[in-house]
Amino acid sequence: MQVTMTVNGEEVTREIEGRLLLVHFLRDHLALTGTHWGCDTSNCGTCVVWLDGEPVKSCTVLAAMAGGHDVTTVEGLARGGELDPVQRGFMECHGLQCGFCTPGMMMTARALLDRNPDPSAGEIREAISGQICRCTGYATIVRSIQWAAAEEAGTRTTLAADDDDDADADYGAVTAEAESVPAGGSAS
Amino acid sequence: MTTTPERVHDDSRVTAFEDNDHKPVGHGRMLRKEDPRFVRGRGRYVDDVQLPGMLHLAILRSPMAHARILSVDTSLAEAHPKVRLVVTGAMLAEKGLAWMPTLSNDVQAVLATDKVRFQGQEVAFVVAEDRYAARDALELIDVDYEPLDPVVDVRTALAPEAPVIRDDLEGKADNHCFDWETGDAAATDAVFARADVVVSEDIVYPRVHPAPMETCGAVADYDDIDGKLTLWSTTQAPHAHRTLYAIVAGLPEHKIRVIAPDIGGGFGNKVPIYPGYVCAIVGSLLTGKPVKWMEDRSENLISTGFARDYIMRGEIAATSDGRILAIRTHVLADHGAFNGTAAPVKYPAGFFGVFTGSYDIEAAYCKMTAVYTNKAPGGVAYACSFRITEAVYLVERIVDCLAYELKMDPAALRLKNFIRPEQFPYATKTGWTYDSGNYEPTMRLSMELAGYDQLRAEQAEKRARGELMGIGISFFTEAVGAGPRKDMDILGLGMADGCELRVHPTGKAVVRLSVQTQGQGHETTFAQIVAEEIGIPPQDIEVVHGDTDQTPFGLGTYGSRSTPVSGAAAALVARKVRDKARLIASAMLEVSVADLEWTKGAFHVKGDPSASVTIQDIAMRAHGAGDLPDGVEGGLEAQICYNPENLTYPHGAYICVVDIDPGTAKVTVRRFVAVDDCGTRINPMIIEGQVHGGLTDGVGMALMEMISFDEDGNCLGGSLMDYLIPTALEVPDWETGFTVTPSPHHPIGAKGVGESATVGSPPAIVNAVVDALKPFGIRHADMPLTPSRVWEAMQGRPTPPI
Repeated sequence: MQVTMTVNGEEVTREIEGRLLLVHFLRDHLALTGTHWGCDTSNCGTCVVWLDGEPVKSCTVLAAMAGGHDVTTVEGLARGGELDPVQRGFMECHGLQCGFCTPGMMMTARALLDRNPDPSAGEIREAISGQICRCTGYATIVRSIQWAAAEEAGTRTTLAADDDDDADADYGAVTAEAESVPAGGSAS
Repeated sequence: MTTTPERVHDDSRVTAFEDNDHKPVGHGRMLRKEDPRFVRGRGRYVDDVQLPGMLHLAILRSPMAHARILSVDTSLAEAHPKVRLVVTGAMLAEKGLAWMPTLSNDVQAVLATDKVRFQGQEVAFVVAEDRYAARDALELIDVDYEPLDPVVDVRTALAPEAPVIRDDLEGKADNHCFDWETGDAAATDAVFARADVVVSEDIVYPRVHPAPMETCGAVADYDDIDGKLTLWSTTQAPHAHRTLYAIVAGLPEHKIRVIAPDIGGGFGNKVPIYPGYVCAIVGSLLTGKPVKWMEDRSENLISTGFARDYIMRGEIAATSDGRILAIRTHVLADHGAFNGTAAPVKYPAGFFGVFTGSYDIEAAYCKMTAVYTNKAPGGVAYACSFRITEAVYLVERIVDCLAYELKMDPAALRLKNFIRPEQFPYATKTGWTYDSGNYEPTMRLSMELAGYDQLRAEQAEKRARGELMGIGISFFTEAVGAGPRKDMDILGLGMADGCELRVHPTGKAVVRLSVQTQGQGHETTFAQIVAEEIGIPPQDIEVVHGDTDQTPFGLGTYGSRSTPVSGAAAALVARKVRDKARLIASAMLEVSVADLEWTKGAFHVKGDPSASVTIQDIAMRAHGAGDLPDGVEGGLEAQICYNPENLTYPHGAYICVVDIDPGTAKVTVRRFVAVDDCGTRINPMIIEGQVHGGLTDGVGMALMEMISFDEDGNCLGGSLMDYLIPTALEVPDWETGFTVTPSPHHPIGAKGVGESATVGSPPAIVNAVVDALKPFGIRHADMPLTPSRVWEAMQGRPTPPI
């Protein structure tokens, strides 16, 4: 069958089998190998991409189901050569080691910050709980996402000079009652 | 979950994150050179490799733990339009490739010929045009099995009526794998006989799995024109693999190029050679095309190297006032169907001999029996430092059992028995020479960070209210950096590491390593080591590794050996280059060598600071016009092969606080304080990350992870639905600190650290859980301490998991 979708802003059309998983479509057919495949039971989240702005595990989506939709992968996270604050945060706070979970983690982190620009550490942990990292022990990933949130808060303050927003990130604080990440969000 | 207390940032011995100076010329915190590609999705892992005409390989695996193969019918699979090749064990046997040597001088079936010996064992493989078609074709292969009784329980494997698993071994009539002992049995018995107190406990370290997020895989590309094999593979030891392929496959070694690209975590899982690699090579040889093999998660969990699986009887002898006199242990080790343990040849039980831990005792003895069972091979993996996880778990658990019997505080008991700083280098009763250590300050710092006394007070209050709070301590001594080649080799290859440094005319440099990072940051830290020695900024130093055509020979990365062995080589090769630079500098400055002074990056004339040449000036001169001093060749480069004189022995003091829900028996790790001492710290940020990862392994093993089997030998932990790995919700925000006790024999005083946290954290967590359960009169409970198992323990049934 033929499938057409928008991937990182570009329309692509390919002849595929109906059973082809989106993760393999992205990796093997489009050579977008930043999206990884780490398990066969939809637990690990190394394959997280956005489908119309919503983080999904691309190992659990058929490529055919993405037909007519917008897909964004880690390769589409930087814009115009500028790294997303989330990408910079992961580098600044040592939020990655082997780098295998990193693309999926960052896609979820970006989606979280788009919905909740100032998440607590507990909210961050909840948001990334569908994803496994074997190297970092998560604490630096939490800090990376907080770094990005603080960076973006700072940017907004600069743009609106009279805005008295507190740009300080809530480093280290973990709330007892973490809320789940709200659904929906922007495709940006 | 809890927050990192403010006070930890006030102390220089505690790692703080805010201080991110990015590019030191040498050691110090520095952001990673490898990150820019990873955060853009531009890492290059094995499954990212795409070659023209590449085919895909899939492996048919045994559904049974133990069965004779009566027939294999591949005709339907061969008829599949997209299938290029189907290979069975019988076909490999014709080429002499059906069996391969393991890292323990045993043999392992590449594809089963006579019978299958564990569920998930490789039986046949298919090469097809795409990975989906290859999987389809597996369904078309018909294997006729005659079921045999499996050997699952290690305790009955040596019973006379137990089915013999390894009937392929000539004259083998039982499931005995090997016996091993260390220490002095008679001396230990004598000490036990006169001890005031003897405590004995059966302690199980269950089978777990390293489960790196990237599974194992390879792309084999055999070029039949020039007879050269290129193999991209998930290997932690590319050079050793190249040599073994040369020996196994009969290909000349200079015609084999092994490339370990970016590796998505190793944790010891990617040290052995797996049948899949050999199958990919055979597939490429037979099809003349590149062939990719990439296992899925279930295959990874059921067939590649497991970890642990030691059943230990621990015994400790002491005086009534808490002086530890001796430790004795008997171990039953489950090695699975083939002995594939990755350990130096003379160390079939790895470095388990360090089970005397951090304590100055009079005698010790261990007797071990290893057996075959119908399970996947492995044993040494998952950051175990060659079985030190088991050794440390044993000693730290049994010391807590002693504290329980003596009604002593476990911290006080440890402090009373530590090896004292003036005793180093310290010869243990089992033949290990600890290089350096200053244990008490490390322990005191950990207690201070945790607020130990306040925690005990809080616990007393909570206990009075019926709440279950536990505090667990683990103090460990690691042994990493294998190793001195007089004692240590892997299949005859001495455990040394090469390093090569070349300074280009413009003063930029390339350093080539034999070790292979899997995320530990070598591209950054090795540049920092060389930068410190030769003054070239780290960003001007390219670190090349993972390509056997491009790097000097060495044994690879595992056992936290990179810094101790290869890191030493990097420092020494830089000093060798610096020595040559000094000769050139003396000619440039027209002074004698003795009149020169080195400051980082330049030679100065003593007494005349204005007269100096930088390393960049010297590099240009070394390659440029004009004469060099007599006997000095052009160029500025050196190579070295470093043979360590001893291992390094980092140590650490860990304190864990858990809360147990009395209604559901769910354990929450509320706090975890880890103080590590790995000597000179090359990059504090990276060390901290290594520790965080290892602590998370500890939470997984202590509370969640286990590969178990039913009575038919079915693997019950074969996917991430059952094999539970901690997510961000199961671990706290880690609190870390450090002390610095350099290794006296290492060129920069650095010790390994990568595995310390995985080694040290499980006993801290289990000790905390057992401590919380003290009101129930429980002295020991085995991992994994899942809610159901803790609940059983609370009902008075702390039974072993196997």
